[in-house]
Amino acid sequence: MEVKTIPLPVQAPAATCYHCGNSCEQEPILLADKPFCCEGCKTVYQILHEHDLCTYYDLSAHPGITLRARKDDSAFAYLDNPEIAAQLISFQDETLTRVTFFLPAMHCASCIWLLENLYRLHPAVTQSRVDFLKKEISLTFRHQALSLRGLVNLLATLGYEPEIHLRDLHHAAGKRQDRSFYYKLGVAGFCFGNIMLLSFPEYLGLEKGSEGGFQQFFGYLNILLALPVFLYSASEFFRSAWSGLTHRMLNIDVPISLGILVLFGRSTWEILAGTGPGFMDSLAALVFFLLAGRWFQHKTFDSLSFDRDYTAYFPIAATLIQDSEEKSVPVTSLQAGDTIRIRHQELIPADGILLSGQAAIDYSFVTGEAVPVAKFSGDLLYAGGRQTGASIEMTLTREVSQSYLTQLWNHDAFQKDHRQHWIELTDRLSQRFTVVILGVALVSGLYWLMQGSVSLAAHVSTSVLIVACPCALALIVPITLGSILRHLGHHRLFLKNTGVIEQLAEITHIVFDKTGTLTYKDSSQEVIMVGQPTEDARRLGASLARQSSHPVSRAVASRLGWAGPAAVIEHFEEVAGQGVRAWADGHEISLGRADFAGASLMQEEGPGRGYTWLVIEGETVAGFALPARYRPGLRGLLARLQTAFSLSLLSGDHDRERAALEAFFPADTPMLFNQQPDDKLAYIASLQASGARVLMVGDGLNDAGALRAAQVGVAVSEQVDTFSPACDAILDASQLPRLDQLIRLAQQGMWLVRGGLLISLSYNLVGLSFAVRGLLSPVIAAILMPLSSATVLIWGLAGTWIAARYLRQETPESSL
Amino acid sequence: MSAIFVLIIISLIVAAGFLTAFFWAVGNGQYEDDYSPAVRMLWESAPAAPRQTPEAPRPADTDVSK
Repeated sequence: MEVKTIPLPVQAPAATCYHCGNSCEQEPILLADKPFCCEGCKTVYQILHEHDLCTYYDLSAHPGITLRARKDDSAFAYLDNPEIAAQLISFQDETLTRVTFFLPAMHCASCIWLLENLYRLHPAVTQSRVDFLKKEISLTFRHQALSLRGLVNLLATLGYEPEIHLRDLHHAAGKRQDRSFYYKLGVAGFCFGNIMLLSFPEYLGLEKGSEGGFQQFFGYLNILLALPVFLYSASEFFRSAWSGLTHRMLNIDVPISLGILVLFGRSTWEILAGTGPGFMDSLAALVFFLLAGRWFQHKTFDSLSFDRDYTAYFPIAATLIQDSEEKSVPVTSLQAGDTIRIRHQELIPADGILLSGQAAIDYSFVTGEAVPVAKFSGDLLYAGGRQTGASIEMTLTREVSQSYLTQLWNHDAFQKDHRQHWIELTDRLSQRFTVVILGVALVSGLYWLMQGSVSLAAHVSTSVLIVACPCALALIVPITLGSILRHLGHHRLFLKNTGVIEQLAEITHIVFDKTGTLTYKDSSQEVIMVGQPTEDARRLGASLARQSSHPVSRAVASRLGWAGPAAVIEHFEEVAGQGVRAWADGHEISLGRADFAGASLMQEEGPGRGYTWLVIEGETVAGFALPARYRPGLRGLLARLQTAFSLSLLSGDHDRERAALEAFFPADTPMLFNQQPDDKLAYIASLQASGARVLMVGDGLNDAGALRAAQVGVAVSEQVDTFSPACDAILDASQLPRLDQLIRLAQQGMWLVRGGLLISLSYNLVGLSFAVRGLLSPVIAAILMPLSSATVLIWGLAGTWIAARYLRQETPESSL
Repeated sequence: MSAIFVLIIISLIVAAGFLTAFFWAVGNGQYEDDYSPAVRMLWESAPAAPRQTPEAPRPADTDVSK
């Protein structure tokens, strides 16, 4: 049989929007043969087309950002308030204003191109420059022709809505990056190279035979070149050593500083006195290698932020209603008793009581639970919720900083940095190391003194301090851990710094949050239906469900899938947290919890007991459930983790998912439900009090306290650069099933560090054996130091490379 | 052999020149964003040319960029 297929002409392109690439759910809007999913996308295309900016679409396919979640223009009214605007602006003179915005929507080359061509859209913009890695744009514009609000609106119209939060107010000015580190590294490298070159004759022993003058000339030049290294590049170590000493701690910079001081002092003395060539080459090499190691360690993920508190999410202004007039005021000036208006998609900045309007508060920001909660006039609204739907009015009962959510940040865990008690491995080692070295220097000095040679005693003691200077020791940690940090970043676990690796390698107990961590965050999910409603029942049920804006009602309405004419609904009644009921075409009908709707007939199946029932004329017609969707690979992950760690589960939710969770976790796992943010924090603290080292895996702001209190707090995020509370590490949600492997990589990193420490200590022993006998010549020092540094460098880099390669090979089978 | 004194001083001055160039590059922010310039160079000259829209010519740049 032959079947001829006729190609459908516009099928494929009609599916996706020309602007944003989303699929067009309804009939696409066509313009110039190009399909658009919504009016917003079409408008952006029109604007760009008018200004001849369609190159935007040539640079990448579907570069646009959907405008469906856009706020209306009045959302930026607060920018007209000069007090607020002044705090955002980084520079202003009579005609020009410069401002920097964070644009999380920026994602491709087209974005950069369009944003840097803004001047073609609005002539008042004189310059725009994008920093893609930080997702920032700095704009210069003439404020007589374009207001700050107009500028933000322009960006928002294109889909690039700037994120302006409470925190930006304090940070607008001091965002300059510190570049002095690069200068120090450059100076050290420059001097290192030149001093080596000038010391070359000395290495080959050419000096002795040739006529005088050269040695002295080179010596003086070396002092000259070593001065900037000693005074400028090495200042970092002196400062750190000094601050360590004032805190009564011998950190790794103490022996380093000691070594540098002795190196410089003795070399200068030798050169000026004409007794020897000095160790200036070793000094410069030491400082250069150490700085390079530190540079390698300080890998930062530019667009990620690890220290966000609530101010990074809260709006900077609210709409205050005073004498029935609306006014934008800074959030910080809100007082208890003020009445404010919250519009669609706006965040509630402080606790208060709902006055009027239909509130459906999305607390996903706080709890991770995405289903909005319906609230009615007189209900208490907590800060951190997001209003969905029409605008509401509320009276505040507390100020922003005193609200329930924000009070979490007043907790002890946030007041003092508990990690100050944590001493890094190198510093712990350095305490003993320094004492031993000082002892050796003293004893060998005394020994030679008793032999009657003062100059030899000084020579030996200084040699000991020089050769024992823990260069390789100080390099192994930054090199190995810096490399591990990069490999983990490659596997989408982003760490705040290398110290986290040390902590991660030593954890004994893992605590999981449920909602948003083990489950998906979004509420777009399939609905399970039990029972077979008749066509008439579907019509009545769908008609009732459509009356409510509650997400469950909407999901039920779409599950019933009734497209025909709706029934007449009378006496509609909605009870918060219970359900809805009405008369539909003269039938009594209700939809809601079992006791509310009066359902009892059907057996509840599947996970959880949170069914919603449809009852018509006292007869239970159907039940609906929205099961939580667990991330794939959880069972395997938890099974692997339980062999090495104790596990716990904390959930802010009620325990309706307990049965489903027990299938995942080992039998005796403690599971705690209905946990408030402080409960979670207290639970972590109690684990720690019993000696456990805790890894907290969470996601929402309600986990912030627990993430902070735990030894390591990992925030799981579906979009790593947009949302995550303060934490030590951010894990891409898709990589959660590999958590055990990532922890193991951290542990392997620490083993490599220990191996490297042994290598460097053995080099130190060899050096010491020369030094105590008074045989340390500049050549030996010049060979020993780079050699030991190079060995640990190769050890650290090659070791982590192999460990990470092993991890990658392992991936396919274990991710199942 | 005294030429060596002169040559070494000259070589140091040349090397210092490169050090200055490095300082300039750092101060110019060239080590901060290493992604956007690579993209920017691909289109900077090309699409800017056809600007036939009847809008007023872009007002002369004031030298804020410096």
